[in-house]
Amino acid sequence: MKILFSWLKDYVDIECAPLELVDKLFGAGFEVEEITYLGQNIEKVVVGEVTSIEKYEGTHLYICHVDCGSFGADNVILTGADNVFKGAKVPAAVVGAKLPGGIEIAPRKMADMMSYGMLCSGGELGIDENWQKGAEVNGILILPEDATVGEDIKKTLALDDYVLDISITANRPDCQSVLGIAREVAAFLNKPLKEPDYSYNCTEVTKPEISVAVDALDLCPRYLGHYIYDVQHFESPMWMKRRLSVCGFASIDAIVDVTNYVLVEIGQPMHAYDLDTLEGKSIIVRRANDNEKITTLDEKERVLTRENLLICDKSKGVGLAGIMGGLNSEIEQKTAEILLEAAKFRRDNVRKTSRALGLHTDAAARFEKGVDEYGVECGMARALNLVQTLGIAKIGNSHFDVSAGEDKGSAVFDVTVSKVNSVLGIDVPQAEIVRILKSLQFGVAENGENLTVTVPRWRTDVENYQDIAEEVIREYGYSHVIPRFLDSAKVTNGGLTFLQDKELAAKKLLCGEGYFEVQTLAMYSPRELDMILFPDNASERTAVELLNPITANLSIMRTVMAPCMINVIADNVKTDHSEGRFFEIANVYLPKSLPLTEPPLERKTLCLGAFGTTPARGAGESFFAVKETLEIFAAANGLEFRFERGECSFMHPGICADIFCGGKKIGQLGKLRYEIVENLNIAEGKKSDLNIIIAELDYSEIERQYKREMKYSAPSGFAKASRDISLLCDKKTLCVEIEDVIKQTSSLCAEIKLIDSFESEKLGTDKKSLTFTLTFADNADITDETADKETDNIVSALNEKLGAIRR
Amino acid sequence: MKDFSEIKEQVKAKIAEVKDGAQLSEFWQSYLGKTGVISGLMKEMKSVPPEEKPLFGKAVNEVREWAQELYSAKQAEIKRIELEQRYERETVDVTMPALKRKPGNLHPLTLVKQQMIEVFAGMGFEIAEYPEIEDDDHNFTRLNVLKDHPSRDMQDTFWLTEDLLLRTHTSPGQIRTMDREKPPIKVLIPGKVFRSDSDATHSPMFMQMEGLVVDKGITLCDLQGMLDQFVRQIFGDGAKTRLRPSYFPFTEPSVEVDVSCFECGGKGCSLCKGTGWIEVLGGGVVNKKVLENCGIDPEVYSGLAFGIGIERITMLKYGITNMGMFFANDMDFLEQFKA
Repeated sequence: MKILFSWLKDYVDIECAPLELVDKLFGAGFEVEEITYLGQNIEKVVVGEVTSIEKYEGTHLYICHVDCGSFGADNVILTGADNVFKGAKVPAAVVGAKLPGGIEIAPRKMADMMSYGMLCSGGELGIDENWQKGAEVNGILILPEDATVGEDIKKTLALDDYVLDISITANRPDCQSVLGIAREVAAFLNKPLKEPDYSYNCTEVTKPEISVAVDALDLCPRYLGHYIYDVQHFESPMWMKRRLSVCGFASIDAIVDVTNYVLVEIGQPMHAYDLDTLEGKSIIVRRANDNEKITTLDEKERVLTRENLLICDKSKGVGLAGIMGGLNSEIEQKTAEILLEAAKFRRDNVRKTSRALGLHTDAAARFEKGVDEYGVECGMARALNLVQTLGIAKIGNSHFDVSAGEDKGSAVFDVTVSKVNSVLGIDVPQAEIVRILKSLQFGVAENGENLTVTVPRWRTDVENYQDIAEEVIREYGYSHVIPRFLDSAKVTNGGLTFLQDKELAAKKLLCGEGYFEVQTLAMYSPRELDMILFPDNASERTAVELLNPITANLSIMRTVMAPCMINVIADNVKTDHSEGRFFEIANVYLPKSLPLTEPPLERKTLCLGAFGTTPARGAGESFFAVKETLEIFAAANGLEFRFERGECSFMHPGICADIFCGGKKIGQLGKLRYEIVENLNIAEGKKSDLNIIIAELDYSEIERQYKREMKYSAPSGFAKASRDISLLCDKKTLCVEIEDVIKQTSSLCAEIKLIDSFESEKLGTDKKSLTFTLTFADNADITDETADKETDNIVSALNEKLGAIRR
Repeated sequence: MKDFSEIKEQVKAKIAEVKDGAQLSEFWQSYLGKTGVISGLMKEMKSVPPEEKPLFGKAVNEVREWAQELYSAKQAEIKRIELEQRYERETVDVTMPALKRKPGNLHPLTLVKQQMIEVFAGMGFEIAEYPEIEDDDHNFTRLNVLKDHPSRDMQDTFWLTEDLLLRTHTSPGQIRTMDREKPPIKVLIPGKVFRSDSDATHSPMFMQMEGLVVDKGITLCDLQGMLDQFVRQIFGDGAKTRLRPSYFPFTEPSVEVDVSCFECGGKGCSLCKGTGWIEVLGGGVVNKKVLENCGIDPEVYSGLAFGIGIERITMLKYGITNMGMFFANDMDFLEQFKA
């Protein structure tokens, strides 16, 4: 919220400098996001009186003699502007002057004649018509006749002032106004607050035809209306225009300006209805009907629902409550009678309507944060005061006040000094607490250490001792807090849990294997599922949708992590990396059914991705390179992963494995299909030879299988024996099938290690050779006879079951 | 007696010619093997008169031993030469890189998250993780963020249904912890949170860390004391905190916590925008309504809570200026965080 420093001074005697005030506001909880000096970059620009002016023949210039008081009684200044005349008071930038935009004024030659300065337009001083009449004329800014010659223009034009842009937290709607901030300033400066003038006199004139009714008291708990008449239309005084201009309001007409002025000053949005346009001279506040339409002041037609609150006359909507008036009841030059409105509309309803219609106004912003009924009363009184003092209209004697009776006046409750201090942890003296509360206009009655507190009507946020503690420490100063390290809650059992420990260890292990941890967004688009060629009926297509995504690219919660990993790889290929390994442990979100009736399952997933070509040196990436990682990961955690031939829409049909652990399928590993690589958004030249290997594992299941307990068993010390067997077998026979037969056949075979495999024409195109080293162990020494016998048994079983022949 | 000098000359000449193992074994066969010249001499024994036989035998043996010595010396020499040749042959360019892959590392957010966890774990905080998908009740209502209150607008929420949402902060973890545990409570809740916001300093997904302490006699002083400890361990011994008023519906009083600028030591620089202080987190004394909502008696217990943006701390620590870098996952970025 923007506030003019000089405006604040209307209510508090501020003796400190603006920057000091900014610091104090900050300390009280009001961050000044920006402070702007209006006269910034304007130096040595003064009021000059043109004592003579003549046309510089043969040029478009005029030669002016300008009296600048103490800056020289006779400055020769050339100007090209046509609107300067003898006796005119103008802004004169004398030699050495500075203007916005980095302009510096030096003596300079114009058409062979020296000019000692420059006469300025409004634009050159950075002001517009709302700030000073004549600022936007085509030519030099002509100042009022009573301007003082030689005076600094910043003083003349009220530019020696600051704009404070203050951010207000959501709990302080009462501070959404100059007066609200002034109350705070008065409190921390310990100065009295000078309230605005709320007084006005009504005439005897009434308007009995007017009726005001509120049908929807739940959405409009308070509605004030006041009849004014004999409305005069004229421009607001300069001071009012300037103040409004700083806050972003263009001056329209004195009566409209007054409503805006009260909004900024008191924080109460006001509205003026042309009584002549109100059918039946009636105001009815009701819910709109579904599909009811209203054209708002911005000339846009709005289609409404039952959720929107509408201000109506007998037959039609005339204003969107708390947001914007209707075009049909707009104040015009012919408007003679007005019904002024000050109301409290329910904040969440205004917010909903404002959002639904995409219509954000200053009034709506105030209502959304919340206005209080005290403010409603003050707003109306202040508006009537201004209408009267500015001579805009006569104040009639028809006043309307509809109330739901919600406002019970000031809240009163008891707190003890020790309770307040128990929140803070320090001992703020009772006298200080009382002083602070009184400075904030709380009523305080002391009875020993008990305080009976009467909360100001505008402080609807204050309800209990904690709120009082905050008020106290805000004013007393947070620097009084004494850092103390937990006198209570000293001993607790902390630290990572078993699974948190395991997860960190798993991550570190993968880092050691050359994988970089990545972080990808948890949402993506259904197009990502198309990318990995999931069929329409894939269960992963059942994804949680966001009701309000920020972009279509992030519209569903991911059900599978592979697309994220593929994108990470594609992005790194794009940035000219030739190989790399990545992993992520994060959630996928699996709804039990759609539409959602309960939170989806959040399943932790471990995703590995590796890409690379096969270079002469360096590692390259292949199915087995990544499989090795998984085997290391399993072995390091005392788990056993079993790989079987698998199938997956995005993996190479011949290079894809299902991964099992503890008898459960926990994931898949494979090489990315070429047609997916082909479609990646990377340069064609980078696609050839690009191997992308992806593994995705159910980490939640792995967590369930982690071994929580370990038992030591002594090494047997008995002799082991090893035998190599080379097998000629069918090309389609899987290694895992052979291993299974070996394990089933020999209980003594403790280790099976594939040491060689090859295919050749000599073996036959449908054959391959596999060589295993088998190690036998038992609770006794393994003799040669035993080893040979076991090996023979194994070989015959392999032959019988898989047709493998020992070579 | 036969003179063996001729044979000896011959042997000497031959052994001198031997250059490798093959020639050496050829030499053996020619002279010392069963069919060799020296072995052949023994066959001449038959034609030697009996009285000369012992002498002849001795002389032949002497020649054999002499040749044997020559052979052994040569054998040793050849072995030495062959070893030298092997070493020569096997010499490698030791400066060629051995590394096939770059070592990977943790994501900077994990790194900083883990550092922060260690600090609080050391203070006795348990580390708890909760669902990322929450309901209105836990994410808002029981945290005193009421339906009609504008504070709901402080956080742009991603909704999944009327009731379910992506948690906008880790604060619902406060409720979940207090539902499950009774004081004393010291819990740290790290995790992903989501808000519909995206620019250089905002990401729709980011990470927070919530802290909650509940016991008898917990005050604002404890909050600052604990956070002083935290910033010293994260930003260095000289770091201190400053509290200033703020507003969160679930704490009262609420504070923003600034840390003294670690870049300039508080003198004022571009990082702290000349103020000497950097905003790092928010916190406060737990609102009594939140305690009541969890069945904890605020007349007996009080608490403190704080929430830290992990990205914010990471950006400050490493001088990262664009939030997007964390989720772009470019290796040039990722590989810088070795710790």
